[in-house]
Amino acid sequence: MSLALEAVNVSKRFGRVLALNDCSFAVPAGRIVGLVGPNGAGKTTLLHIAVGLAEPTSGRVHVFGISAREDILGVLSRVGFVAQERPLYRGFTVADMLELGRRLNARWDFAYARQRVANAGVALDRKIGSLSGGERAQVALSLALGKRPELLLLDEPLGGLDPLARRSFLQELMSTAAESGVTVILTSHEIAAIERTCDYLVILGRGRAELAGDIDTVVGSHVAVTAPSRYEEFIRTHSAIVDTERTERQISALVRVSQAVDWPTGNGLQVRPVNLEELVLAYLRRARLERTTK
Amino acid sequence: MIAFRLDERSGVPTYLQLIEQVRSAVRYGILRPGDQLPTARDVVGRLAINPNTVLKAYRELEREGVVRSFPGRGTFVTQEAPRPIARSIHEPLRRSLRRWIADARHAGLDRQAIADLLGLALRDAFEEEIA
Repeated sequence: MSLALEAVNVSKRFGRVLALNDCSFAVPAGRIVGLVGPNGAGKTTLLHIAVGLAEPTSGRVHVFGISAREDILGVLSRVGFVAQERPLYRGFTVADMLELGRRLNARWDFAYARQRVANAGVALDRKIGSLSGGERAQVALSLALGKRPELLLLDEPLGGLDPLARRSFLQELMSTAAESGVTVILTSHEIAAIERTCDYLVILGRGRAELAGDIDTVVGSHVAVTAPSRYEEFIRTHSAIVDTERTERQISALVRVSQAVDWPTGNGLQVRPVNLEELVLAYLRRARLERTTK
Repeated sequence: MIAFRLDERSGVPTYLQLIEQVRSAVRYGILRPGDQLPTARDVVGRLAINPNTVLKAYRELEREGVVRSFPGRGTFVTQEAPRPIARSIHEPLRRSLRRWIADARHAGLDRQAIADLLGLALRDAFEEEIA
């Protein structure tokens, strides 16, 4: 299995703040990855390190086995990156931006980028400043795809888009992934959109990867257990608790199970599958609790 | 050709929804042997879902023998796919259900109440069989 991106013990310090703290995870090639986590969890910092916009304090991020530190051109020729807020030159026309893309990139498929912009219904002579949020997002995506990247990094690509624009953006993105096989890593707070479009999940919290894996597999390896308090010991010995809520008599827990557990159901103990949103929330809550109690 | 729909609030995984829609279309003769399923790219572009989800659904249908994929040509309903329920059977049943629904609405039940009642009756009927 080849890896599109690998973070190896990455730490990044900004003054007194440790944005990334010994963060390690891997993303197999060909996946569409949802990178989630609260604001300040280090998502953007991690993407910046991957493309060489920031230097790690320690550790490395490899893109197809090479790090931006060692070979920035090698990384940039294979990675398309769309930063938050999709920075484009407002005074440029769409055609100017495509020309800029051609001049800045060693590998550039002009016809492909232009065709994509046309598909999105954006005229080439429009000024960037006059585009709607949805049109800007489509142009930024087309520019990132113009170099035919093998890995596409999108930082909050859905931010500021209305539901319709969001939908057409994701339709474009998914069609592209289907035809080109490009690996996509996108950050978002929209769990429903991630559930629909991603097949791999990375949860960042406290500057670390709390969880990384195939979405069906990770969702399938967690369950929600509700039981009278006397079962707490049983739950603890047979599973790893991610998050709990207790009342005087009852415990409800979201737990990770590594093998099939013979739950003693029927005595007030209930087990049910979890969905992606519950899973993400449980990990984020845990990350926050551990941070505040540290 | 069928067009897939998704019910996001159902909680049913997307690939299972796709599988069930193909099975249902075959069952009611909307898809017949030799008919082509939409390409993964079409489905993905229309529904904005992960490409692997579509492939997973098609793989499962292929495993069941309902469809077969030919690389470069597409995915087609097989000759071995389950026979559709004859029109002469499901049409009258549907008509009597429509009459029943009209009665239920007349009695003041709304859509959800009718669906619940149908669900309960189905459960009764099939659990009796098991017992």
